[in-house]
Amino acid sequence: MGSPTFNLDEFIGQKYRQGFFTPLESDTVPHGLDENVIRLISEKKGEPAFMLDWRLQAYRHWLTMTEPKWSSVKYPPIDYQAISYYSAPKSKKVGPRSLDEVDPELLRTYEKLGVPLAEREMLAGVAVDAVFDSVSVATTFKAKLAELGIIFSSFSDAVKEYPELVQKYLGSVVPYTDNYFACLNSAVFSDGSFCYIPPGVRCPMELSTYFRINARNTGQFERTLIIADKGAYVSYLEGCTAPMRDENQLHAAVVELIALEDAQIKYSTVQNWYPGDKNGKGGIYNFVTKRGECRGDNARISWTQVETGSAITWKYPSVVLRGDNSIGEFYSVALTNNHQQADTGTKMIHLGKNTRSTILSKGISAGHGHNAYRGLVKVAKSAVNARNYTQCDSLLLGDQCAAHTFPYIEVKNPGAQIEHEATTSRIGEDQLFYCQSRGLSAEDAVAMIVNGFCKEVFKELPMEFAVEAQKLLGISLEGSVG
Amino acid sequence: MRLLGESHKYHLDEYAQHKSQLPGRRLQWLTALREDAIKRFVALGFPTPRDEGWKYTNVAPIEKKRFTLPTIRAASAFDASIVAGLALPGTSMLVFVDGRHVPELSSLRPLPVGAAVSSVAAMLETQPEEVEAAMTRATPRASTFTALNTAWMSDGLFVALEAGVELVEPIHVLYLATTPDTATHTRNIIVAGPNSRAAIIEQHAALTDAAYFTNVVTDITIKRGARIEHHKVQDEGRAAFHIAAVTADVARDGHFVSGSHAFGGVLARVGINVALNGEGAQCTLDGLYMPNSRQHIDHHTRIDHNQPRGTSRELYKGVMAGAGHGVFNGKIVVQPNAQRSDAEQTNRNLLLSDNAEVDTRPQLEIWADDVKCSHGATVGQLDVDQIFYLRSRGVDDASARALLTYGFAAEMAERVSFAALRDRIDALIRARLPQPLEKLA
Repeated sequence: MGSPTFNLDEFIGQKYRQGFFTPLESDTVPHGLDENVIRLISEKKGEPAFMLDWRLQAYRHWLTMTEPKWSSVKYPPIDYQAISYYSAPKSKKVGPRSLDEVDPELLRTYEKLGVPLAEREMLAGVAVDAVFDSVSVATTFKAKLAELGIIFSSFSDAVKEYPELVQKYLGSVVPYTDNYFACLNSAVFSDGSFCYIPPGVRCPMELSTYFRINARNTGQFERTLIIADKGAYVSYLEGCTAPMRDENQLHAAVVELIALEDAQIKYSTVQNWYPGDKNGKGGIYNFVTKRGECRGDNARISWTQVETGSAITWKYPSVVLRGDNSIGEFYSVALTNNHQQADTGTKMIHLGKNTRSTILSKGISAGHGHNAYRGLVKVAKSAVNARNYTQCDSLLLGDQCAAHTFPYIEVKNPGAQIEHEATTSRIGEDQLFYCQSRGLSAEDAVAMIVNGFCKEVFKELPMEFAVEAQKLLGISLEGSVG
Repeated sequence: MRLLGESHKYHLDEYAQHKSQLPGRRLQWLTALREDAIKRFVALGFPTPRDEGWKYTNVAPIEKKRFTLPTIRAASAFDASIVAGLALPGTSMLVFVDGRHVPELSSLRPLPVGAAVSSVAAMLETQPEEVEAAMTRATPRASTFTALNTAWMSDGLFVALEAGVELVEPIHVLYLATTPDTATHTRNIIVAGPNSRAAIIEQHAALTDAAYFTNVVTDITIKRGARIEHHKVQDEGRAAFHIAAVTADVARDGHFVSGSHAFGGVLARVGINVALNGEGAQCTLDGLYMPNSRQHIDHHTRIDHNQPRGTSRELYKGVMAGAGHGVFNGKIVVQPNAQRSDAEQTNRNLLLSDNAEVDTRPQLEIWADDVKCSHGATVGQLDVDQIFYLRSRGVDDASARALLTYGFAAEMAERVSFAALRDRIDALIRARLPQPLEKLA
């Protein structure tokens, strides 16, 4: 089941090595951030003037902002002047030279996930010189998409090739003034993906960062913009189940989705960045702003996320339900083990008539993990007949972990019907005993129960993702039961 | 440090000017406490909607107003029949007018040995050490309004029960506001010794429709195995500001029952903080809020499960009509060692009009694994099927709506065990219905 995906996985790193890595190897800007750095980034990327203006505006606004402190996640202060905002991907000299140098824990995980040997090197960041031939396959996909008029390219290319589309939609869902991290991203974003589905087109395949050229090492400030024009449909996959080695600690990405009339966007994420070691040392800070807007009537946006990686995950994929009859959905599994922290949830902003939203959040805390659901359901005065159903369940494994639920419900229209339910519990001794009496090991039993707990979310994932996600959950939970 | 605003200066000046009139001025510890509190108030300032806990409740109107201390009036200046009309049969009654106990209007029934029921001001004269313990405990982490309360505290209910003492008849405390543009800061102190029992009804009413400010703090200590019921009936004047803080410290196997029934005021906020500090401690929190016209009623509850095997049950219901704005914020915290905690929280809201608004925030913060915790919140309107059913039985639309609204809210009255109080709350609910129920009932 997993193999086709993994084969596709092979193209990415290769393509990127050829197209991006080598020529830029010497391009590294010293640490620190000022207007000159932003001008330099823009210039190196050969961006049109409007992009530079936008970046500078964002930067100037960022200077007036202060870092938010309200979340339940804790981390040492970030020195924004110590980050290099335009660095070529780490050179061969920096990465491990062969798999022998890679953390054996990581290798064991690859083995369990069934990642092909060659690919393991790529994922672990080993600088391999061997080249898999993948160009042809990727090109085939590109041709097929182009035939339908679908634009799917890196953000840098889109800025150059379709400036009018980028200018029209960039920042229209997440303005640069939105929040501290989104603002920083707007000023310095390195690259990302751009996708435009023309009216009435149903994208024939799941678009994925897997397929994309220049997919890896888009850096810590990634920006994604997806537009589904009238009546279009697209399913987009982000991320990778295999743990990726990454040098950057702070990731402040922005994802904007725009669904026009009758359009539908399905956005699935499997996030498994380096979570730090067993003692909570290292790991990625994943501070992402994700928001979609159902701009036209009958539009639909659905977020599905499986968050197992990162030391800290702090994000709220949201939907602005502007069009009448539009639908927003959020399905989430967030797992925190060892010393991981997650503060995640969603915002459903009901503005249009007859808008509906569903929120299904499953949080699993193990070890010293902290998991918080924070969500907002807002029904504006204009949102006649709005409906929301929210269910947040938390599962606790171990007596050192924590699970929090912070829902906000704001209703200004009497026609609204809002339901929120939340439970917190742990795996029952009787459930474990039953599984073990049927010959399952304690670990398998826990994995099985946890998978059952998450089933409703997994069924929203595209098939191959779902299968991997299940395996992933089992692996991430290892060592959390006696 | 914030800049010292106009309103701070006003409060500092007022305090300097009037501190000699406050009760217990000869007590050094109390003066020190008051001085510290006014400093704390200045340091904290009034909360703004930017403060997470006050996101939906803007107290700027209280800050802007220049409330003064009410002057003490003789008991003969009041019409005793008003007080008699508000009395609940079968209770000992203590009446406070503009924040001062008026013994002439009060009527205490015989109390069992080991029970002390008095006013805080009287206690400061006779046994100040009893008050000291309770007042010093709350001070260090006091909020803005509690700090203001400590600085200005004029009087309040004092109840102390020795071990095993049981008060069969509830104590009814009536706070009457009579003077416009005044602020009253009262404090109730309730100390329940081991295995004692009592029920306290705290009612707020007014003889004025003008603006005034009630700032009341209730401090309850429940020792091992004791049970205290505390019912608040908030029926303030139409333009009143009402800020209340209730804290309960519940020891092993103790039980705290709280009811907050909020009907009056233009801006009302009740904070209830319960700490289950002993194994097997329990609490039951009920609440009803029915804001209409331009009323804003906010409830903030927090239950800390600090020890194992604690149980908490919480049910809050809101009916929002007119341009009424209801806020519910309920937090349940289960601390790491509070294994086998069992917590349930429910908040149900009924929105009856286009301009009504409700903001609800039920929160769980769980740090232990062997727990059973759940919460639920709903916002909705009357069930069209139920209205249809009633109409098919010949009930007109308005009456059907009134009846269903009554049914929704009356559940909270029914949960009150003391009949006289139940009837009082029921009457207040009926008075708030869009249309009288006589025809049906």
